[in-house]
Amino acid sequence: MQKLDYLKESPSQTAGPYVHIGLTPNKLGIPGIYPTDLGESPIREGAKGEQITIVGTVQDGAGMILRDALIESWQADAEGIYPGNDPRGAADPNVTGWARIIADFDSGEWTLSTIKPGRVPFPDGRMMAPHIALWVVARGVNLGLQTRIYFEDEDNESCPVLQRIEHRPRVNTLIAKKTADGTYRFDIVLQGENETVFFDI
Amino acid sequence: MKNDIDRGPLFFRDRDWHPAAYTPGYKTSMTRAPFRPLVALGSTLSEETGPAFGHTMIGALDNNLILNFTGQPAIGERIIMHGRVLDENGRGIPNVLVEIWQANAGGRYRHKKDNYAAPLDPNFGGCGRTISGPDGSYEFLTVRPGAYPWPNHVNNWRPMHIHISVFGSGFGQRLITQMYFEGDPLIAKCPIVKTIGQEKAIQALVAPLDMNRAIPMDCLAYKFDIVLRGRRQSFFENRKEGL
Repeated sequence: MQKLDYLKESPSQTAGPYVHIGLTPNKLGIPGIYPTDLGESPIREGAKGEQITIVGTVQDGAGMILRDALIESWQADAEGIYPGNDPRGAADPNVTGWARIIADFDSGEWTLSTIKPGRVPFPDGRMMAPHIALWVVARGVNLGLQTRIYFEDEDNESCPVLQRIEHRPRVNTLIAKKTADGTYRFDIVLQGENETVFFDI
Repeated sequence: MKNDIDRGPLFFRDRDWHPAAYTPGYKTSMTRAPFRPLVALGSTLSEETGPAFGHTMIGALDNNLILNFTGQPAIGERIIMHGRVLDENGRGIPNVLVEIWQANAGGRYRHKKDNYAAPLDPNFGGCGRTISGPDGSYEFLTVRPGAYPWPNHVNNWRPMHIHISVFGSGFGQRLITQMYFEGDPLIAKCPIVKTIGQEKAIQALVAPLDMNRAIPMDCLAYKFDIVLRGRRQSFFENRKEGL
C-alpha cells in the first residue's frame, strides 16, 4: 500500500498565564518593543455599518472570572464580505475584521468595539445569521476554543449553524443580549451550567 | 495575497492528536475544560478566511529578542530558532505572522504575575515576531530560556520552552503551541507536555539542535517546523455557483 504522506498538525499547547508578553506587550506594560499591539480594533474610522460594543467575561467551572483569558475575533464587514482572502471579492477597506481582546487584569471584563457584520453564506448557499467568530485561549485551556457571537436582535432561527445544535436551549449561550442601543453583553462560560457552545470546526 | 493555498475547506482536526481539554495532571485545566461535547461544524467562510499581515508592519529587530528590548544584548545562550510554517499537505505557507514569547535565560518572565526568585535581565523583554517568507520560512535570534518552577504539583518545573502563536490563511487554522529543546530531561516530567497523549505528537514539539545553521563563535541553532491544518483543493466542492 502507498503511504498517505500528509503531515500532522503541530499539537496545541496552552497559551499559559504570560500570553500577554507575546501578544499584547504594550497592554501588559512592556512598551518599546512594538509601537502598538496588534489587533487593537477590527475597524478603522469610516467603516460602514452599525457601530456596536460587546462586553463580557470568561468564567470557569467554579464560577470564577478569568483574568488571564485572551480572545481573538474575526468578522465580515457590514455587507458580509471578509477582508483579505474572501473569494467573493474585496471587503470594506476600513474593516480589517480581526481583533485581539484581553480580559482586564483586575475585573476580567473584556470589550470589543466594532461594526455589526452582515450575513455570510454557509457552504451550501444558505445564509448564516450575522456572527463574529471567536477563538479563546488561556492558562488551563489546552487547545483554543472556537465559538461565535450572534445577536438577539437578528433573525437567528434560519441560521444553518445554529440549527446544528441539537440541545436547543444551548443556542441561547451564543446570543449576545442587548443592554442598550448598540451595546451587547456576551459572557463565555467554559464549563458547567450554561456552558457556552464550542465548535469542532 | 490570493493564491491556491488561501482557499478551500480546512482538513478536520485530529483531536486525539491534540491534547484533550480535561487533563487533571495539569490542574488548571480541570475547571477550564468544557464538559459538553463540541458541536461538529466543519469549516465555513468564517474559518476559511482570516486576517492578513504585511511585512511592512515588522520592525527591523522584531525577530531579534537579544537586541529588541533596549538595544543592549541580553544574557544567555545565544540561539537561532528557525524553521518553516507548513500545512498538512507539506506546502510552505507564506506571509503569515509568527509570534513568540519566553522567559529569560534564568527562567524569569517579564510579567507582573511572575515572582520567581531568578532575576529579570534588564536587556531582555521576551517577545518577538516575524512574517514567513515565500517558502514559509521564519527565524528568530534569542537566548535559550531557562526552566522554571510553577505551582501545580509541589515540585513541577517547566522544561525550557518558547511559546509560539501562528496564523494560517484561515482563522480556523489559528494555533498556539510550545517548542521544547532536544535532550531536555524535564520534557518527560511535565504535566503540560503530558496533556498530549501520544508520544509521537510530543516529539513533534521537540526542536533538534541544528549545527548546520549554527554560526561558529556566535550562536547555536534549533530547527522547528510548525504545521497548520491543511486545506482541501478539490474542484468538486458542494458549493453553489458563485460562493
